[in-house]
Amino acid sequence: MAMLSRLASRSSHLGRTLLLPRSLCCSTGGRHFASSAGDEGPTFTVETSVPFVGHRCEPPSREVETTAKELMGFFRDMSLMRRMEIAADALYKAKLIRGFCHLYDGQEAVAVGMEAAITRKDAIITAYRDHCIFLSRGGNLVETFAELMGRRAGCSNGKGGSMHFYKKEGGFFGGHGIVGAQVPLGCGLAFAQKYLREETVTFAMYGDGAANQGQLFEALNISALWDLPAILICENNHYGMGTAEWRAAKSPAYYKRGDYVPGLKVDGMDAFAVKQACKFAKEHALKNGPIILEMDTYRYHGHSMSDPGSTYRTRDEISNVRQERDPIERVRKLILLHDLASVAELKDIEKEIRKEVDNAIAEAKESPLPDPSELFTDIFVKGCGTEVYGVERKENKILI
Amino acid sequence: MAMAARRGATANRGQLVGILRGFSSSSSVVDSWQKNKEGIAGGKPLNLFSAINQALHIALETDSRAYVFGEDVSFGGVFRCTTGLVERFGRKRVFNTPLCEQGIAGFAVGLAAMGNRAIAEIQFADYIYPAFDQIVNEAAKFRYRSGNEFNCGGITIRTPYGAVGHGGHYHSQSPEAFFCHVPGLKVVIPRSPSEAKGLLLACIRDPNPVIFFEPKWLYRLAVEEVPDHDYMLPLSQAEVMREGTDITLVGWGAQLLVMEQACEIAEKEGISCELIDLKTLIPWDKEAVEVSVNKTGRLLVSHEAPVTGGFGAEIAASVVENCFLRLEAPVARVCGLDTPFPLVYEPFYLPTKNKIVDAIKATVNY
Repeated sequence: MAMLSRLASRSSHLGRTLLLPRSLCCSTGGRHFASSAGDEGPTFTVETSVPFVGHRCEPPSREVETTAKELMGFFRDMSLMRRMEIAADALYKAKLIRGFCHLYDGQEAVAVGMEAAITRKDAIITAYRDHCIFLSRGGNLVETFAELMGRRAGCSNGKGGSMHFYKKEGGFFGGHGIVGAQVPLGCGLAFAQKYLREETVTFAMYGDGAANQGQLFEALNISALWDLPAILICENNHYGMGTAEWRAAKSPAYYKRGDYVPGLKVDGMDAFAVKQACKFAKEHALKNGPIILEMDTYRYHGHSMSDPGSTYRTRDEISNVRQERDPIERVRKLILLHDLASVAELKDIEKEIRKEVDNAIAEAKESPLPDPSELFTDIFVKGCGTEVYGVERKENKILI
Repeated sequence: MAMAARRGATANRGQLVGILRGFSSSSSVVDSWQKNKEGIAGGKPLNLFSAINQALHIALETDSRAYVFGEDVSFGGVFRCTTGLVERFGRKRVFNTPLCEQGIAGFAVGLAAMGNRAIAEIQFADYIYPAFDQIVNEAAKFRYRSGNEFNCGGITIRTPYGAVGHGGHYHSQSPEAFFCHVPGLKVVIPRSPSEAKGLLLACIRDPNPVIFFEPKWLYRLAVEEVPDHDYMLPLSQAEVMREGTDITLVGWGAQLLVMEQACEIAEKEGISCELIDLKTLIPWDKEAVEVSVNKTGRLLVSHEAPVTGGFGAEIAASVVENCFLRLEAPVARVCGLDTPFPLVYEPFYLPTKNKIVDAIKATVNY
């Protein structure tokens, strides 16, 4: 890979072994894992920003083991996600993306930290803020942008759009419009996993808004009753669209809302805290059943591209979070602190990412819209013999 | 699709006489009623969300036991229908709920059961399904099962429905048919700002549970002269928007504008179309539709919801039952396709004016 060798030559003057940033995606489509051709680099311990707070459980340690490779990978992956979301913003304003588009920038640490703690056989299911989770589960940029623009090359063949990304091979079960509905679904996935006995778990993600949905509590009760390996992740970005958490929830301590189900409060802007918590949760769930992880995170954009995000919160608040808690900046500081790369090298990585994203967008733009006949596919299994009227009233009968 | 401003005060507006007095305690409302005795002619040009906003202001002003609540209504709501309410009436009467439709509906039923007017908002009709049980099993059956000892007639659920150009699966649905199937509920759908204000006030004051579907595409696009006084339009009364002799077209909400365009085109080809706005879907004005079909001998129903099991099916079956010998052609239904509401395929899915014109011609030439 051309970009990796460029990186290698730059860092060689530091007399260090080749650091291969873990690459999530490449612009030519297809999932791509960076192979661990080089070694992981030095191992070291990182302390999470704040201690964990437990509910009915002993919280894990603040000390997290990591490697240089992982750290660089976090930086690269989160920067890629950030860049992708910003590019999606521009595409939306240019009306290439239509419909509803919910951006994840600010919350990248949750996606990246979670992925670092689990395998592709573990399942993840989330609501509609799913672009970055899709990437972390093995999606690539071209599929992402094509789907956002409703094109054939998209991961859902252009039929889903921003809110409906899925990746079967990656254990990513989507991409759901009605918030809260994905949680009982996730617990159902966990139920299936229990039967399969493969020591896998499901992460069912939802937001602080959806935390007040009744079906969540139904799912929790059943999961606890049947000891399902379900991990409920509440991505608490403190606003349910335009309503602040304290105005929607009597108890915004979402990690405690499970009552008899244990919970953990995690700094969602710290990728290492997320990783540690998810590792802990997986072990817990496999032995003891469900657990809730509350990720204290923040979204820079509004709820969606139709929401400016400033009518219910101040710009100061947003810029404060950006300054104090930005997940990418935290990782950048760690990299510089441990001398894994220079400021210039990190900037170079960011430049490469920008180019990767631009290339992917250009490629996605080439993809055509789906064929009109696709309007009638995937309603039922193919060949069920039902007649449906086509575009021309009563003249174009289609057999689905 | 440019929905141009509709001019108010058409010839058929004379139908409106449903202004009731006696409910208002505010003298300023009575004064303006006196001034505008002509009915709903005149007024300022307003768009749909402003007209609805006005209706809500009047509803809360005239009844101290009326409450407006839903997700994000405090700051004005996602479509600005609830602007200014909390500032004027306070947080105890206008408030945000958590994100739980089932809770909102259930809570509204309870509030109404104590004699209050609960005006609940479901942010998008696509989200109404968690509340379905509360609406169908609780709200609709409360009076019946208690032998009229209790009722929750004060409940009105307002929700934006319908295509908006780019809404996709979960911001474009038209679920009215599900609720039309439930005795005990009323379903009302306005077509324009002045209609919406009058109908909404009538719904709020109607002593039965009502679901008021607001065509979201028209929130900004439809502009009309809306009188600023307190007025109501009668429920279960259809309106003949356009008189004709060759075929009757029945529709509601935003679809009527599409149908109007189709009627214009058909007119040029010498087909005289009668267009009826049903306004209330249940209980619907069967008589008005039958009178019209008995005149024209042909019927076409059009709605955005998928054709199979849509409310057009009920109208068609009923008309065939009662006007069988008069019918010259099968009842035509030009509706959404039987697919989930698609994302990029929206223009294919929708019952466009061309599809309606085709159907008009096919029916007339049967």
